[in-house]
Amino acid sequence: MQSSNGRPGVQSRDAEYEDPWYDALAAGWGESAEQPAPVPAAREAGAAAAGPADVYLQVQRSEAFQEVRSRYRRFVVPGVIAFLVWYVAYVVTATTAPELMARQVTGAVNVAMLAGLGQFLTTFLLTWAYARHARLRRDRAALELRWDTQELSRSRGGAA
Amino acid sequence: MTGDHQPLALLLFSAFVVITLAITTWVSRHRQGSAEEFYAGGRLFTPMENGFAISGDYMSAASFLGISGLIALVGYDGMLYSVGFLVAWLVVLFLVAELVRNCGRFTLADVVASRMRERPVRIAAGTSSVTVSVLYLVAQMVGAGSLVALLLGGTSEAARAWTVIGVGALMVIYVSLGGMRATTWIQIVKAVLLLGGTVALTVGVLLRFHGDINRLLTTAAERSGHGEAFLAPGLSYGGDWTARFDFISLGLALVLGTAGLPHILSRFYTVPTARAARRSVIWAIGLIGGFYLMTIVLGFGAAAIVGSDTVRTSHASGNTAVPLLALDLGGGAGSTGGTVLFAVVAAVAFATILAVVAGITLASSASVAHDLYATLRRPGGKQRSEVAVARAAAVGIGAVAIALGLLARELNVAFLVGLAFAVAASANLPVLLYSLFWRRFTTRGAVWAVYGGLVPSVLLVLLSPVVSGSPESLFPGADFQLFPLQNPGLVSIPLGFLAGWLGTVTSDEEPDAARHAETEVRSLTGAGAV
Repeated sequence: MQSSNGRPGVQSRDAEYEDPWYDALAAGWGESAEQPAPVPAAREAGAAAAGPADVYLQVQRSEAFQEVRSRYRRFVVPGVIAFLVWYVAYVVTATTAPELMARQVTGAVNVAMLAGLGQFLTTFLLTWAYARHARLRRDRAALELRWDTQELSRSRGGAA
Repeated sequence: MTGDHQPLALLLFSAFVVITLAITTWVSRHRQGSAEEFYAGGRLFTPMENGFAISGDYMSAASFLGISGLIALVGYDGMLYSVGFLVAWLVVLFLVAELVRNCGRFTLADVVASRMRERPVRIAAGTSSVTVSVLYLVAQMVGAGSLVALLLGGTSEAARAWTVIGVGALMVIYVSLGGMRATTWIQIVKAVLLLGGTVALTVGVLLRFHGDINRLLTTAAERSGHGEAFLAPGLSYGGDWTARFDFISLGLALVLGTAGLPHILSRFYTVPTARAARRSVIWAIGLIGGFYLMTIVLGFGAAAIVGSDTVRTSHASGNTAVPLLALDLGGGAGSTGGTVLFAVVAAVAFATILAVVAGITLASSASVAHDLYATLRRPGGKQRSEVAVARAAAVGIGAVAIALGLLARELNVAFLVGLAFAVAASANLPVLLYSLFWRRFTTRGAVWAVYGGLVPSVLLVLLSPVVSGSPESLFPGADFQLFPLQNPGLVSIPLGFLAGWLGTVTSDEEPDAARHAETEVRSLTGAGAV
C-alpha cells in the first residue's frame, strides 16, 4: 500500500497504519502471488467540473469508477440470479415433486438430503468466491477512489 | 419434565443475567452519550466480534429449539427452514452489507433518505422498521413465556406472565443503559454459549452412532413411525396445494426477509469500514451455517434417540426435542449428567432469547428516535437529545412488547417469526434495493414501495386462517378469512416491488442525478462514509 503511482496528495495514506478506520488490504490465504487488477485513476477524468455538488457526478463518470461498478455488477448480478434460481428450484421441487426428492442415492441418503446439503455447500462456496473477487478485483480500486473523491471534495471547499 | 434440573437451570440462568448486567454497568460507566456510541457502539468492533454478534442476533430460540423440534417430528420438511435461513445471507452479503455500511449512519431510512425528500421517506421507512421489530419482538417474548413452562415445569399462567415481564424488563435495562456496546457483548457471549452447547450435543449424538450418519438416519426413520418418508419432503407441507403454496411463500419470506430486518442492518454500522462489514458477514455465514448444519443432526438425533412419539407427547410442536435429547445423552432422567446437560440447554435457550430481544429493541428504538422523532417533532418544541429519546423509546417499546407478548401468548412462535420476515421482505427490501441500484427511483416510488409492501402483508395476515376461520386461529369463533395462506410473502413481496416501480413511473418528479451519483459512488467506494 505504498504510494506507487507518485500522484501528489498521497502522503496521508502512509500515515494510516495506526488508524482503526484504515483497513489494510490483506492478501488472502495462499494468494499473495496474484496481483490485484489495476484500474485507471479517477482524478485524471473531467477536471473541469464546477462545485462540490458535482464531485460525485464527476467521479461517477470517471473511467475508474465505471470499471469498479461494472466489476461489482458483473459478479453480483449473475451470482444473485444463480443462487435465487437454485434456491427457488429447490423449494418448488421439494413441495411439488416429493417422489423425485425421495429417490435413494446411497444407503439412507436420498436426493432431497443431497440437495439440502448442496444448498449449504453452494452458500459457502459463493461466499468464498465473493470475498475473493472483492478482495482481488475491487478493494484496492475502491479505496483509491474513496481518497480521490474525498480529496476532490476538500479541494473544492465543499462538504466531503 | 419437572425435577432436580430446575435449581441448576435457574442458577445458570441467573449467572448469565448477572454477567450481562455486569457487562452493561461496565460499559455504561465510560459512555459518552453520543448517538454514535448509543446506536453503533462507537463503530470500532472487529469483524470477528461483529460476526459473532450477528450470529447471536440471528440464531433465535426458534431456530435452536423450533427447527430441531420440527425435524424430530416431520423429518425433512423441518430441514427446509435451515436452508432458507442460511441462503438468505447471500442476499445480505452480495447486495446489502457493504453498500448499506457505506451509505447510511444508523438505520435503513438513512440509506433511502439520502437520495429522496427526507420527511416522507423517513416516516415510511421508520414506521415499517418499527412494525417489523415489534412483530419479531412479540415472537421472542411469546417464546420466552412458553419456554419457562416447558423447561422449568412452571406451567401456571402467572409464571409465564412473569417471565414475559422479566425478559422485557431486562432487555430494557440492557438497551437503555448500555446501548449498542452492551448489546453487542451480550450477543457475543450468547453466540459462544449457544454454539458451545450445540457442538457438545452434536458430538454426543454422533458418538452415540459411532459417527455413522447412515445408521443415524435409518434409526431416525424407523423410530419416527413414518419410515423412508421421514427422510423426504412432504410430511408437513405435502397434501393440498394450499399447504404447498404456503411453504413456497414461507421460503421466499425467509430468503428475502433477512436483508430487511432492522436489527441485522444496524449491526453493519458497528464496524469501521465496508470491508469490515463484509468480513463480519463472512464470519456470520460460517457460524450460522455450522449452527444450522448441527441443528439438522440434533433434529434427526432426537428422532432416533428420543423417538418422535415421546417428543410429540412432551410438546405438540416439538419445542422440547433438544432438551429431551440432552437429558438422554447425559445419561437419562435422574442421572447427574442428564440433569446438568438439560439445565445447560435450558439456560442457553434463555440466554438466546435475552440477547435477541435486546438487539431488536435497540434497532427499533433507533428507528423511533432517529427516524420518527427527529422528523415529526414540532420545530418550536423543546429540543431533546436524540439519545435521550432513544433510551425513552426503548422503555416504551419494551412496554408495548410486554403487553402484546401477554396478549399473544397462545400464538405459534414460528408463525410470528415467519410473519416478521414476510413484512421485512415486503416493506423494507424493495425500497432498499431500488434506492441502491435504480437510477430513476423517486420519492413517491420509495414511499409507495414501503406502504405497498407493509399494508398488504399486514392486511393479508388479518384475513388469513391465522386470525379467523379455523379452530387454531386467534379468534376461532369469527370467520372473516378471505386469504388461504398463512404466510403472505408470495403475494406481498411482489406487491412491494410493484408498488415501488409504479410509484416511480407515475411520479412527475425528475430523479436527482447528482444525488444518485452520490449514493452510487459512496456505496461502492466508501467516500464520505462515517
